Amino acid sequence: MSEAGKTAITGIGQTAYTKDSGRSVMSLCAEASAKAIEDSGLERSDIDGLVSFTMDTNSDHDLQNALGLPMVRWTGKAPFGGEGAYATFQLAAAAIESGQANNVLIFRAFNERSEARFGQPTYNAGTMRDFHKSLGLVTPGQVYAMWHKPFLDARGMTSEDLGHLVVQMRAWAANNPDAWFYERPITLEDHQRSRWIVKPVLRLYDFCQETDGGVAFVVSRLDTARASGRPVVRVLGVQQAWPLGESMMYNYYKKNLVFPEDTVHVANGLWEQTGLSPAEIDVSTIYDNFSPSIPISYEGYGLCKPGEVRDAILAGELGPGGSTPVNTNGGLIGEAYLHGLNNATECVRQMRGTSPNQIEGAKVALCAGRQCGMVLVRE
Amino acid sequence: MQAKRDQDFFWEGIDRGELLAQQCDGCQALRHPPAPRCAACGSDEWHAEPLSGQGKILAFLESVHPTRRDDEPRCVCLVDLPEGLRMVSSLLDPENAQKGAPVRFEIAEHDGQLLPLVRTTGGVQ
Repeated sequence: MSEAGKTAITGIGQTAYTKDSGRSVMSLCAEASAKAIEDSGLERSDIDGLVSFTMDTNSDHDLQNALGLPMVRWTGKAPFGGEGAYATFQLAAAAIESGQANNVLIFRAFNERSEARFGQPTYNAGTMRDFHKSLGLVTPGQVYAMWHKPFLDARGMTSEDLGHLVVQMRAWAANNPDAWFYERPITLEDHQRSRWIVKPVLRLYDFCQETDGGVAFVVSRLDTARASGRPVVRVLGVQQAWPLGESMMYNYYKKNLVFPEDTVHVANGLWEQTGLSPAEIDVSTIYDNFSPSIPISYEGYGLCKPGEVRDAILAGELGPGGSTPVNTNGGLIGEAYLHGLNNATECVRQMRGTSPNQIEGAKVALCAGRQCGMVLVRE
Repeated sequence: MQAKRDQDFFWEGIDRGELLAQQCDGCQALRHPPAPRCAACGSDEWHAEPLSGQGKILAFLESVHPTRRDDEPRCVCLVDLPEGLRMVSSLLDPENAQKGAPVRFEIAEHDGQLLPLVRTTGGVQ
């Protein structure tokens, strides 16, 4: 059993997900964090660790002072964010298992729509030349479309195939009151009519949301969770993988751009830690900053055989009623973009039995990113 | 003293009309993008080696979302070089974009900057 198998997620918290919060980022961060602590049933004085990732801009000190945490003994930052978001749970587990902390607060908050928009071009004409932006990859949509194009080509996947996938994500979102696209499902025709942003890969509806908001978690020792008298959501496995030659954004330089070496390594680590197999996953979330992020990860985690993801999508296996439900909150495309961590709150809700799209009897959840992932189980 | 970036040699080469890559003096491995030491053998000794300027399109896309309002779309591509390296470039003749198409690097100006762009040379390998 892994070290991570001895921790549990005892609290989750989130702000409203909006496009224009009108508030400071720290106020969002503190609200989500306070809600997570309240949800855990613990006292503020029980929280002695703070973890986020390097792209988060909230100061540990400011958050500690906003929350009134008497003593913090552990801080940590996972690299970047996004595809690596769930590495935060590995840092929390490492602290708890080694006795460095008892209850770790994981947080992420931003005004990602109303202030620092991720989707805007970062263009450096007239200043410094580089190997990507100067050549025309200036937005995340362009960067990721180029990253995923070789995989889509290898699987013979078109924009219409991605449309079938987005329709399924939006069907989940339509039934989630927290989702930006609540009560707004789309048809394949709607998807195919949405305007091109990066041809021939991404239309408007293939993009995740830009969101203002915050999300937070409390990770505790397993015995703390068991003593709470509430459903125990155990972190049974958590893994990162950073193969030589990759990078978070400009992942173009490995010989083989079709085989997701990172994801496969994460998945194998998870199955080794948990003793589970992909067939035993009841519900998954997959990091979906853009729709093509889903199929390569879906195959990488073994939710289908290599080469079969297009068939699974066309058969509706990822949507309501499908055999492998994915992103039952609507994902980052349908619910909100909290840099991946709102997909983790959905996994916790599924394990507690409180998702608006609850999968009946779900006991094992996979929270998947390209370069990290975790398996949650309900005890 | 102005600190030198690991990639400065590349752009100095472009400004002289040369397409270059780092070659390790320890094990002769070529590398791109630039890095301060060789991931294969660990040597931090290297020199700038001229490349053939040939390549083949691995993937391409057209960005219709303008970099700035009213900018023309750009056709960005991944180019596999016969030297075993891969580079991001953009096509000077986007109407000929095709996976597998052979291309040749041309150092040309875009938006006031000299860049390593590519043009197809006809036929699909």
